[in-house]
Amino acid sequence: MQLRNSPSRYGLVSIVLHWGIALAVFGLFGLGLWMVTLDYYSPYNHSAPALHKSIGLTLLALMIVRLLWRFISPPPPTLATYSAATRLGAKLGHAVLYLGLFAVLIAGYLISTADGRPIEVFGLFAVPASLTSIPDQEDVAGAVHLYLAWGLVIFAGLHALAALKHHFIDHDVTLTRMFGRRAD
Amino acid sequence: MFNATLKKSLAALALGTALLSAGQAMAADYAIDKEGQHAFINFKISHLGFSYLYGTFKDWDGSFSFDAKNPEASKINVTLKTTSVDTNHAERDKHIRTADFLDVSKFPEAKFVSTSVKSTGEGTADVTGDLTLHGVTKPVVIKAHFLGEGTDPWGGYRAAFEGTTTIKLKDFNIQKDLGPKSQELELIISFEGVKK
Repeated sequence: MQLRNSPSRYGLVSIVLHWGIALAVFGLFGLGLWMVTLDYYSPYNHSAPALHKSIGLTLLALMIVRLLWRFISPPPPTLATYSAATRLGAKLGHAVLYLGLFAVLIAGYLISTADGRPIEVFGLFAVPASLTSIPDQEDVAGAVHLYLAWGLVIFAGLHALAALKHHFIDHDVTLTRMFGRRAD
Repeated sequence: MFNATLKKSLAALALGTALLSAGQAMAADYAIDKEGQHAFINFKISHLGFSYLYGTFKDWDGSFSFDAKNPEASKINVTLKTTSVDTNHAERDKHIRTADFLDVSKFPEAKFVSTSVKSTGEGTADVTGDLTLHGVTKPVVIKAHFLGEGTDPWGGYRAAFEGTTTIKLKDFNIQKDLGPKSQELELIISFEGVKK
């Protein structure tokens, strides 16, 4: 399979990024909701948040790669069968997903770095703090992180439903081309 | 009718005020020096029975009246904003502010109002008062030390104290269990007041 996107199909880089990031988003969501319920004496009290932060920062890096890749190798155009409304809806929907995901990731980063502490990524290296001067930063960023995360997974669910609608009702290749199938 | 009542109450109030001030003729009122930040409310709690964790409340204020010749007439009240808790760790502070501990959105303030002072020796006293924390008001006894008084280099007159008390978290309905060695915490208040 080709690495780059072409006018007729998605390449491997975009496909792996799409599904890998989807998996990471839902994984982080579950891990995040679970880890905040852990008791102080739980053996996962330290490791679960460390894993959440490590995956989260890796995801932020992948999202930057993904954004750059859109310019290096633009995705194939939308299907000719789409209505003007579908085209606009898809564009807006994807923009919301990108912006929402970046916002959730940045808010998460701002919680843990609020007092100037860096974030360890898989114990390999540390990402330093930057912005630390927002009033009540850890609380504000924490609220934003939680509510935006809920908004994001709900919106991602709608995104998945839309893809399923294209597949089962419109009988087009919207979903299958995200697995590498040719558009024509 | 109303006027007569009002006049009587005013007279009673004036008399009461006069009596009160006569009784406290020597006691002076002090504002706690939050402006120059010679004032701390700290706490100390065991971590798993290993080391101690220290924290502080940044936003609080209070005032007291004090007369070295009649210390038992002293009074103090202090109010703090629970959201200002700081243990030098943002994630922990965030957790302390949640419903697990201080629940700051429901209980934004904590306060201590003294009810009686009992001298226990040279420069020491037991200050009894009502501590309101996490929506629960309970009497506590603060072991207070008088640290000194006198003029400062800038034209003010200062008196200084430090006091400690130990409270059980569960007494104030903080149910989160930190383990058998961390059921209680020590509260330390240390401050200077500037005479008003």
